[in-house]
Amino acid sequence: MDESSVRRRILWDKLFKGIIILLTFCSILPMFFILFFITSKGISAVNWSFLTQLPKPVGEMGGGISNAIIGTFMLVAISTVFSVPLGIFAGIFLSEYRNGRFVYFTRLCVETLQGIPSIVIGIVAYMWVVVQMGSFSALSGGVALGLMMLPVIVTATEETLKLIPEGLREASLALGVSYPRTILKVILPAGLSGILTGILLSIARVAGETAPLLFTAFGSPFMNLHILKPINSLPLMIFNYATSPYPEWHTLAWGASFVLIVFVLGLNLLTKVVIKRWKVQF
Amino acid sequence: MESAVLKIENFSAFFGENQVLKEIDLSISRNRITAIMGPSGCGKTTLIRCINRMHELIPNAGVSGKIFLDNEDIYATDPIIVRRQIGMVFQKPNPFPMMSIYDNVIAGYNLNGIRLAKDEKDRVVEESLRKAALWEEVKEALHRRGTFLSGGQQQRLCIARALAMGPAVLLLDEPTSALDPKATSHIEELIVQLKDTVTIVLVTHNIGQAARVSDFTAFLYLGELIEFGPTGRLFTAPKDKRTEEYLTGKFG
Repeated sequence: MDESSVRRRILWDKLFKGIIILLTFCSILPMFFILFFITSKGISAVNWSFLTQLPKPVGEMGGGISNAIIGTFMLVAISTVFSVPLGIFAGIFLSEYRNGRFVYFTRLCVETLQGIPSIVIGIVAYMWVVVQMGSFSALSGGVALGLMMLPVIVTATEETLKLIPEGLREASLALGVSYPRTILKVILPAGLSGILTGILLSIARVAGETAPLLFTAFGSPFMNLHILKPINSLPLMIFNYATSPYPEWHTLAWGASFVLIVFVLGLNLLTKVVIKRWKVQF
Repeated sequence: MESAVLKIENFSAFFGENQVLKEIDLSISRNRITAIMGPSGCGKTTLIRCINRMHELIPNAGVSGKIFLDNEDIYATDPIIVRRQIGMVFQKPNPFPMMSIYDNVIAGYNLNGIRLAKDEKDRVVEESLRKAALWEEVKEALHRRGTFLSGGQQQRLCIARALAMGPAVLLLDEPTSALDPKATSHIEELIVQLKDTVTIVLVTHNIGQAARVSDFTAFLYLGELIEFGPTGRLFTAPKDKRTEEYLTGKFG
């Protein structure tokens, strides 16, 4: 090989590496812009009374977002309570029985559910819960968000459990441990970090959803802790305030956006901790 | 006459239509080491997985014939009971990765929901680890995860875990095939020591290992039991031509 072709190859190697780094940088750039923009606009609105007070009527200065913060936590709690058990058991089913018509059908349903637009999920929850119970409610909002979390949890559970070595199951069964106990006490704990990560990421995903809540949780200017009454949430509040004509409400919307982003960021960091803490080395 | 703890009678095993064991008759003597050897695919692993009813976990698997443990038909007993009486150690060490060494040894009790007092647990753990010749190496680290151990130590941990249940029979499925020579000789010494405590059935594709540790040897070929007898006799004066050819390396 002559010297110039070697030099050309080395140059191309370097150039290629440069292109990869440049494009990676470009892809994380918007994230930094968003963070910077929201922080600069929102942080000035955030103080203790902003976090602890209720919203005030138009015209009055001040007011806070405490009801939206509590509402978001309640909606997340309701949706988690019913999507986590369903999602984990469906995930166990898919990873345990990999063939068969019902498995195929289940997987198809999960994939379809994942692809359904969030506004449609909101309408479905409206029909199922709001119309039946005759009132907008935290419960209906939780159902809508739970439907959005479900496919994420099913998939995370399935993928995690599929990676657990067969030897682990055999070790348990060979000790005379029954099949249900093997699943619940050996297989699930071994997959704990992956499953928890899936749950946390799905929460981070739905915590910022607005569309499914428009006809379900509906929003409310008051503090509400009743699951059968309308409830506010951060994204709903942002939506309502940002589309209002009042500049002081715009400021509140920026502040609420900042709080929401910090919450989502916190959840993402928490998943890193979970992975580090419960990661199992096979 | 040796007393037989396991009796395998006219036993066949299948994967769907495919017959992988053909009318095996074999009796395993108490407190002896019985080696089952043969080339890859001869059915030796299937045979021991039938003894603790792990074979049936594979879809399409089927069996015919009988296996008796102390005159009790194991195919008429709940498989969960059978597996607590017949322990198994696998090719690849498989300690529970989320558990400490201590919890691994006691796992058979904890996972089965059998409650033991703390000092009873301590006693079972120490005794089992001593039997598995691992106690001295890990007694200071009982609450570290089992997966920090070396491969050979992990395999001895798996042996301790099986012994903790107090099984009548211990099945070893090529227990040293994933280990280096030093760890292998360590495990072989251990197997010989263990026969005072438990009856051992050892599957191996290593002829030397069968010769070194076992009292009886069975030679399986293409799902058939070709020859069975005391190890010394079988290795020095095989009766069947196929056994002789296998031992002299003509196939396998």
